[in-house]
Amino acid sequence: MEVLLVSLLNGLVYGMLLFMLASGLTLIFSMMGVLNFAHASMYMLGAYFAYSVSRVIGFWPALVVAPALCGVLGALIEMYALRRVHRNGHIAELLFTVGLAFIIEKATQMAWGLLPVPYRVPPVLDRALFHVYGSNFHAYRAFMLLISVLMFVAIWLLLTRTRIGLVIQAALTHPEMVGALGHNVPRVFTIVFAGGSTLAGLAGVIGGNYLVTEPSMAATMGPIVFVVVVFGGLGSLAGCFIASLIMGLVQTFAVVLDVSFADLLARLGVTISPTTPLAEVLTIPLPRVGALLPYLMLILVLLIKPRGLMGTRDT
Amino acid sequence: MSESAVGTTAAPLAAGRAGGLLRRQWPWLATLAFALVVPWFFYDWTTGRHSGFVVAMLSQIGIMVIFALSYNMLMGQAGLLSFGHAVLLGLGGYITAHAITASKAGTLPLPLEVTPLVGGLGGLFFAIVLGYFATKQRATAFAMITLGIGELITACALMFQTFFGGEGGVSTNRMTGHSLFGLGYGGSIQVYYLIVAWTAISIALMLLLTRTPLGRMANACRDNFERAQFVGYDPRLVRFFQFALSGFFAGIAGALYTLTYEIVTYDTVAASMSANALLMTYIGGVGVFAGPVIGAVLIVLLQSWVSLLSNSWLVYAGVLFILMVTFAPGGIGGLVMIHQPIWRARRLGRLAGPYLRLLVPALLVVVGFVLVVELCSFLTIGAAQGKSFTLSRVTIEPHTPLPWAVAAVLLVGGGLWLRHAAGRFALAWHAVVDEIKAAGMRA
Amino acid sequence: MTTPTLRLIDVEKSFGPTAVIMGVSLDVTTGSRHAIIGPNGAGKTTLFNLVSGRFPLSAGRIELHGRRIDGLDPHEITRRGLSRSFQVTSIFSRMSVFENIRCGLLWSRGYRYSFWHLLGRERALNEAAERLLADVNLEARRDLPAGLLSYAEQRALEIGITIAGGADTVLLDEPTAGMSRSEADHAVALIRRITAGKTLVMVEHDMSVVFDLADVVTVLVYGQVIASGPPAEIRANRAVQDAYLGAPVETGIA
Repeated sequence: MEVLLVSLLNGLVYGMLLFMLASGLTLIFSMMGVLNFAHASMYMLGAYFAYSVSRVIGFWPALVVAPALCGVLGALIEMYALRRVHRNGHIAELLFTVGLAFIIEKATQMAWGLLPVPYRVPPVLDRALFHVYGSNFHAYRAFMLLISVLMFVAIWLLLTRTRIGLVIQAALTHPEMVGALGHNVPRVFTIVFAGGSTLAGLAGVIGGNYLVTEPSMAATMGPIVFVVVVFGGLGSLAGCFIASLIMGLVQTFAVVLDVSFADLLARLGVTISPTTPLAEVLTIPLPRVGALLPYLMLILVLLIKPRGLMGTRDT
Repeated sequence: MSESAVGTTAAPLAAGRAGGLLRRQWPWLATLAFALVVPWFFYDWTTGRHSGFVVAMLSQIGIMVIFALSYNMLMGQAGLLSFGHAVLLGLGGYITAHAITASKAGTLPLPLEVTPLVGGLGGLFFAIVLGYFATKQRATAFAMITLGIGELITACALMFQTFFGGEGGVSTNRMTGHSLFGLGYGGSIQVYYLIVAWTAISIALMLLLTRTPLGRMANACRDNFERAQFVGYDPRLVRFFQFALSGFFAGIAGALYTLTYEIVTYDTVAASMSANALLMTYIGGVGVFAGPVIGAVLIVLLQSWVSLLSNSWLVYAGVLFILMVTFAPGGIGGLVMIHQPIWRARRLGRLAGPYLRLLVPALLVVVGFVLVVELCSFLTIGAAQGKSFTLSRVTIEPHTPLPWAVAAVLLVGGGLWLRHAAGRFALAWHAVVDEIKAAGMRA
Repeated sequence: MTTPTLRLIDVEKSFGPTAVIMGVSLDVTTGSRHAIIGPNGAGKTTLFNLVSGRFPLSAGRIELHGRRIDGLDPHEITRRGLSRSFQVTSIFSRMSVFENIRCGLLWSRGYRYSFWHLLGRERALNEAAERLLADVNLEARRDLPAGLLSYAEQRALEIGITIAGGADTVLLDEPTAGMSRSEADHAVALIRRITAGKTLVMVEHDMSVVFDLADVVTVLVYGQVIASGPPAEIRANRAVQDAYLGAPVETGIA
């Protein structure tokens, strides 16, 4: 029971972190049609910037500075590179972001080295907040939850209460129409791209010390975020939110439940011996397969329901 | 190609056709002749041995040429972006490894020369199974499915022992004793010539495929899949068949890989190998059949030479890729093709001067950029590995400001000069093109 | 007693809550030249999209040669002998003009997904393609990438691809849209020649083209048929004049 509750809480925290990442990507993908492979790279840069900045001026200023840096970088990329590549078509844009992700990873390796950097949780938050069934609920997790919820509220207010937010909402589902109505679509694109990058950077700032900060973190996180975006569906932030939570819970529980397919078959009375064909596949415990679940989900969603949970448009 | 005085009408006709073939395909035939001869330029006549480095590099080129061409069957010809093409290469390789081991053990006596066909059939089989699912979608959804498949198979290759051999992979010994020509294949030069033969066969087959109904309809579906429906074709089936055939050739490349290295591990199916295919094909040029060949040769050469000198070969490849995507989406092949009308109008010489004036600032920018990259690399990675930055006996110290200042000057100064020169070049280009158009209209 | 080639029976189509086609019934007799006219937004192109299988029906039936075709995929309907052109030119822009037409011929000649026939060697196919190329007057543009043709030439190529497969029922969606008077006249002559002996249904806005080519005119307004019959009858129809054509003195068409 305690395992269930603790995993539930952890899954929620992780899911909110995913939402921070995936919401930016959904906005960018829905509006601009670009599946931004470099989005998770912004997450990585956010963590690394926070690490370097916090060593100079501390964690709390870094919480603001690092995402801002990512936002500026995103704006520059959109204005001076992506816009040019846009002319060459969607595939060229996608390939550009692939190349960008690659270069950012290599640049990160060159700037900070190949090994994980010791980006730590600030000491004031590095303790237990309360006890649940004998395990501690870490204060930092509560902090992460707080930041994610604040961010969620901020986005919601921005999209529903401001003029630019309304334009963005419209462009989410009908980008060409918004342009035809006379809105400065290129400027909206820059704002959305920069905004998405800022969100990803923020996710990196708070996630980088919770998880690990290393040059391959973008490559690990990237596919999970893609699954969430596709699963939630294009054009729908609500779908993205639900998908993020589901994904967070699935990944957390997968690590905790140490069962394999063979165990399930044993319950049904079927025993697997080493000589049974595919014995290797059936006896794999779930935690080892956990890293694969996002990819499996990605394929299944795209084959069965390509529009995702609440999507309004096709990929 | 003999012309006999006594002969039926078939002989002169056949000779004529052969002559026509020679005229049209002379670049390919010349390349084949070159490939056959080139190892001997590096042969050490004193020791009687081939250069191991050169033969290994040439073998790699042959394998990658087939791999890149098979990738272009999807990307350039069918408009399908796949992030998991290495899966077909690797699975073909794994199957070949098992086949060779079985052949050596006597259970499946297979002449070694025929084993690439086994790899090809393996690639075809998996392309059919995986492609059945992947081709249900097109465009971005297709790309994402291939991404997922690639990662899944890579993970399987790491986890499972029976077929994949887990982390250690599958080793094999190519000296099976079965050969059509009685060859032992102990030395790498014999394997190289086998690779040349299969590369030539693969290129010829893939070229012919572009001229078949399926090949043309793949192009049609790439250009306008709705129109393809409205001329009676199911675009899904066109994608599926094209995917299956590209898997066949990728499998051949995988088999040749197994023959060359005698081991297949999970990195033959991994994303890095798929990225390699993307890199080679795109840089070489997706719109021209020979583009991927150019790309494969270039990338393998760069990889072999640059990685001798620098840790950062991948950074350079990535930057080259991004520059191509942004400024030359047609790749090298595309760049060559836009010069074709100018060459035909015999005005190519007019661009020689503008190109030279472009070359100098470009070189400065490249040197500046390389300097920055290498400085950064030695500052962090190199320091950890205890290496120092030496350039022909001059040690460059990354911790001093001088090299950085030099690099900055080269980059910024060279960059500004390059922008200016590029503007002048564009003017010269447009002048030549306008002249050709005007002349064309008058004629 | 001939069964009509194409029958629409109580066809309805809604996009979400918006009803676009509200109960259209139409018979197209074999070998006739049938024009569909009406104001913008009436649903004419939607009707074409429904017949050709691009969109699914919300209700009703569509029959071709007495067999139902609603619910089939576009390529299946095309294989049954119904082909269509598009209002926004839909060709294979990176392939040559000749290749475009040849692609249009492939399925009807039984090549299917063959990867063992070398197209260069297929004499009958290539000769048929050359003939069709001549029919649409594009021989001079044979090897040019289709995307580089002029607008009117692209429209001609569009028509060529449409009839290449030998369909006996041809749907043309605004074939003369955007053309000058002389270009339109050429196009009309081409259409008349090329659809001889076939059943033609076309959507048109150019009334001179309609009254020149058509035997039967159907008027579609707000997703419903308000009149259908010979051109002269339609021109005189009060309801049609109110909704679309205007009073007789204003049309002034010979």
